[in-house]
Amino acid sequence: MIHCVLHDPRDSVAVVVVEGVAAGMKLTGLVLDEDRTLTFDCVQDIPLGHKVALKNMAVGDTVVKYGVDIGKVVAPILRGQHAHVHNIKTKRW
Amino acid sequence: MTMPTTFLGYRRENGRVGVRNHVILLPVDDLSNTACEAVAHNIKGTLALPHPYGRLQFGADLDLHFRTLIGTGANPNVAAVVVIGIEEQWTRRVVDGIRATGKPVSGFGIELHGDHDTIHRASKSAREYVQWASELQRVPCDLNELWVSTKCGESDTTSGCGANPTVGDAFDKLHAAGCTLVFGETTELTGGEAIVAARCKDERVRAEFMRVFDRYQEVIDRHKTSDLSDSQPTKGNIAGGLTTIEEKALGNIQKIGRKCSVDGVLDKAETPTGPGLWFMDSSSAAAEMVTLCAAAGFVVHFFPTGQGNVIGNPILPVIKICANPRTVRTMSEHIDVDTSGLLQREITMAQAGDKLLDMMFRTVNGRLTAAEALGHREFVLTRLYESA
Repeated sequence: MIHCVLHDPRDSVAVVVVEGVAAGMKLTGLVLDEDRTLTFDCVQDIPLGHKVALKNMAVGDTVVKYGVDIGKVVAPILRGQHAHVHNIKTKRW
Repeated sequence: MTMPTTFLGYRRENGRVGVRNHVILLPVDDLSNTACEAVAHNIKGTLALPHPYGRLQFGADLDLHFRTLIGTGANPNVAAVVVIGIEEQWTRRVVDGIRATGKPVSGFGIELHGDHDTIHRASKSAREYVQWASELQRVPCDLNELWVSTKCGESDTTSGCGANPTVGDAFDKLHAAGCTLVFGETTELTGGEAIVAARCKDERVRAEFMRVFDRYQEVIDRHKTSDLSDSQPTKGNIAGGLTTIEEKALGNIQKIGRKCSVDGVLDKAETPTGPGLWFMDSSSAAAEMVTLCAAAGFVVHFFPTGQGNVIGNPILPVIKICANPRTVRTMSEHIDVDTSGLLQREITMAQAGDKLLDMMFRTVNGRLTAAEALGHREFVLTRLYESA
């Protein structure tokens, strides 16, 4: 089963595409453009459609999705954690 | 899939091709909704398009009002139009604009007549039109005569990895086939504007695109009270996992595929002058944008959704595409094309695009969309500023 997908191999986050992803699970991520998978450990419950971090990130780091800058880290994020509005903000407006 | 090269449409007096055959009751202003709805009740097979505006507008805002009403009446999905307004003069302005297409159109002013007499006279006209239109036949038309619009709504992260790139794959194929295409949502390109600019076919188009993008950014900067994290992305977007406007924009842009160039820039409700992919400077609010696409002359719409937007339009068939397995399960009556298999590697992007194109051909040949069957007829006029 594919648990999450990455748009680009450079991405620092992946999108959870199934319901029931929970802490302690080993996740399979699909790299969409390359049709290959990777596996890693999930450390928090993450809802369908929300993002899981693929690496440890510090405050001020740039978050990459689609291979592009989608915002900045505002609270530390560990690999396998839930990455969303509580730890990422826009750089615009 | 080998894509068909023809479809069955209604060829109108001006040569344009429609995929629906509506007779509409078009109010010029809010005061005329009641008479239009009464006529639509009297005469079966007609459709009233009530809306809340049209009084004391001026300047560019009034121009847009007329352009949207005239464009809606002129749309080739419409066979004939009965226009009703409180005043004779503005009613005539809308009638004359629609009449330029050559299609049957009549107009009625309420002043000096009252609702009863207006409804009586307009009902006679509407009955003649609907009986005439009911005998019009679909004829084979070339695929390159099809005008297709897109705008997404209630997006989530599955929109960016499933539903939107499905539209993009279909747009790449339709662009190569010579169709006329449009996308818009100016503010929802924020963070991805350089990607769109790079896709513009030449420097002139690129400069025009950046001019309208920068103008909208100035509007945001002038009115904003925060970084818009509470409204762009919307609460629904955030519930669906979208975190920032940049992330939403990058997902949004998947709708223009990977190959097709951006060939021109349109003002709101402006009609394209040739085939290709056009960018329309527009709001990102779903019903506003879809209404503008219909007014510009587009005849079928691709609407990808993640969390499940239920929008339709009175005259433009809106095809819903969704890749979120939970939305497909919980809101199935709203979804025309399920591409959730993309996210489990069960189908390829090319297959998803073909699945959408297959539904597009079925829809333009006559199949009712989910939104049409459910009676979703959101008709929302864009306002630029306060009335006088």
